[in-house]
Amino acid sequence: MDTQIGFNWRESVRLGLIGGLVALSLSLIGVVETFGGRGIISGVISLGQILLFGAMAGAGYMSARQNPHARTGLNLVGGLIAGLLASLPLIVLVFVAGPINLRDFLPNASPGLLKLLIFEQDQATGSLLLLAVSAVVGLVGAGITLLPGRVRHPLLMGLLFVLMVGLLSEIIILAWGTKGLGLKIRRFMFDKGLSIRGTLLVFLIVAGLNALWGALGGRAQARVSALPAQQQKVLGWGRIALGVLFMLVLPMILRTYLTEVINNVGLFILMGFGLNIVVGFAGLLDLGYVAFFAIGAYTMGVLTSQGELGVAGMSFWSALPIAVAASVLAGVILGVPVLRMRGDYLAIVTLGFGEIIRILALSDFLAPAIGGAQGILKIPKASLGGLEFVAPETLYYLILAACLVAAFVSWRLRDARLGRQWMAMREDEDVAEAMGINLVQTKLLAFAMGAAFAGLSGAIFATKLSSIFPHSFNLLISINVLCLIIVGGMGSLPGVMVGALILVGLPELLREFAEYRLLMYGALLIVMMLSRPEGFWPEESRKRELHEFETEPVLAD
Amino acid sequence: MAMLEVENVHVYYGNIHALKGVSLTVEEGEIVTLIGANGAGKSTTLFTISGVHKPREGTVRLEGEDLISYPAHQIVAKGVCQVPEGRRIFTRLTVQENLEMGAFTRTNRADIRQDLERVFSLFPRLKERRSQVGGTLSGGEQQMLSTARAMMSRPRLLLLDEPSMGLAPMLVESIFATIQEINREGTTILLVEQNAQMALQVAHRGYVLETGAIALSDSAANLRRNEMVQKVYLGIV
Repeated sequence: MDTQIGFNWRESVRLGLIGGLVALSLSLIGVVETFGGRGIISGVISLGQILLFGAMAGAGYMSARQNPHARTGLNLVGGLIAGLLASLPLIVLVFVAGPINLRDFLPNASPGLLKLLIFEQDQATGSLLLLAVSAVVGLVGAGITLLPGRVRHPLLMGLLFVLMVGLLSEIIILAWGTKGLGLKIRRFMFDKGLSIRGTLLVFLIVAGLNALWGALGGRAQARVSALPAQQQKVLGWGRIALGVLFMLVLPMILRTYLTEVINNVGLFILMGFGLNIVVGFAGLLDLGYVAFFAIGAYTMGVLTSQGELGVAGMSFWSALPIAVAASVLAGVILGVPVLRMRGDYLAIVTLGFGEIIRILALSDFLAPAIGGAQGILKIPKASLGGLEFVAPETLYYLILAACLVAAFVSWRLRDARLGRQWMAMREDEDVAEAMGINLVQTKLLAFAMGAAFAGLSGAIFATKLSSIFPHSFNLLISINVLCLIIVGGMGSLPGVMVGALILVGLPELLREFAEYRLLMYGALLIVMMLSRPEGFWPEESRKRELHEFETEPVLAD
Repeated sequence: MAMLEVENVHVYYGNIHALKGVSLTVEEGEIVTLIGANGAGKSTTLFTISGVHKPREGTVRLEGEDLISYPAHQIVAKGVCQVPEGRRIFTRLTVQENLEMGAFTRTNRADIRQDLERVFSLFPRLKERRSQVGGTLSGGEQQMLSTARAMMSRPRLLLLDEPSMGLAPMLVESIFATIQEINREGTTILLVEQNAQMALQVAHRGYVLETGAIALSDSAANLRRNEMVQKVYLGIV
């Protein structure tokens, strides 16, 4: 029977059990209980519950996605079964953890968690309730896939935004909700997490806009592309102008704390642009990129510091070119010995280089010059025509300017002859050489350009903090910059920005979730690499390569 | 004076003595083939001529000028272009971008555009697929692209390494027909092949390479009749 209809029950069962294991592990690592008190929608649902039931809804959703051509009823039943099965491990946990104390080896299997799982009822009623709720959630998860796109997209978008606003509610309140109109809005929308009114408001606005765009967006785009080229160009420039204007007023919208976050993101974007040239354009895997950041920062420190380590007492602006030049020199010095290395070997050598620089900065040997573990203090702030770059809101403009320069240079280089040389080298070094490309020059220029941006970022970093310590320049920074390039999309400039926002900005905003931050970060990376290997905002050719066969199958002969 | 003169070339990979005194000449306008078994040193010979490998001993001269002192990318500018074995196209670039990359050493845009049309007329299949990514072409199309890309540097001497490798028999014939056509239009060709049968049919002269040294050299027609060649390379008993 089953095979006749073609419904894949085994898939529903498998996904249900996977969802159950996810829910079980979320419970046992303590996430569910810790965030059980963290309301997303005040009094309705907590973050802990969202994570828990997210697993069940996910199981139902995936089960229906696996059977796209089955009949609606069957799919709903499949979702129901998946949701039901997903709750089984939890129910087993409830019954086992009651009489047996599991806390010796599962410290988070606490009475509090169990009470939460069975909705604070007694064991039998609570388990049945959990079973029923899970089944319904699985059913709803499956039901969502069956909705037509014009309903489903706004619905999912609305839910996503409710979740995000709920997650970030404390930061939103901190930034805007302290006085005047902001306080009024806060009272209206937020309680512990979003209030019910606030939830409805967010959902309706987002879903409404999404539905509107779904209905009219295609027509609007068609009308734009029907315009003559001249007007399209004007429109394009208008869009850029709007973007620039937005960036200019951003610190006024974001207020101090969020601007500080954005500044950190900006420094990483700057490094991301640099490493993107080395790894994304030229294909040279550099794991010691932080070294150039450190060299930029230390050069700036030594040249400008007002403390005893300062040698020149220069101003920020006169030291800046020297700091960048020092990084470029370091880039070339690293480049020469690794000219003939490829792939993994190159990665290991650059990794070593990064560590050498960090250990040198930490060493007693260089301590008389650069302070060893005590670092360099009293680095003056930059100033320009009376404007002191002290507050995050003013420093923002310095970082923005640096990012714009880096973005412009990267963009122009990519389309220039040098960009072509890098790409050919990335694809195949030998052939690039056979095409008449000078590999030595091409490689060294990639390292030098990459180092220049990192040095710029480091120099700004030094004046931003007023003091620098070797501990700020550890391997994790290199890895972070590499990750943000991969997540954003290798070789893509907007990708660098998106990647930095996600990997540097988001953890900063999720500080509240302390030790689970890295867990989320890791989970995001895994999900990302599985579902969108080309990155969030991939470069054109990479998208073509990974998705060519999906649209246009090509026959081989 | 011959166009290309390779004289007593010795190449080492670490301790391995890969070429043990190879000498050969290619006259302008010829197709010369270099046949031999796996590991005989055919590809190494080509890499030495194009400057990727440097010999420990011996000379390579193009029209009397010593090539060894030049780095590989400058040798391309002198009109020697190699089509490496195994096609090795830029898989993430489109057909057209691949071809433009072939013209990397040249700057005259009008000339490049003209050459683009010329290779498209030699390989009409590539024209149909000009905006497709290289990696999604079939094996035969990739070989065409690899050869066409080399043509874009407007070489006087084209070094072809195993153009027939991994291709269906029908495609092999058409690739060799194109090679002859390229030659008729004035490009000198040094062809390395394991498919000795085909190679000796299109070539004017041939060399047989055995374990790093030239074992035989003669006109292609004579080589085809040579008993040893027939037995070892043509499979005729």
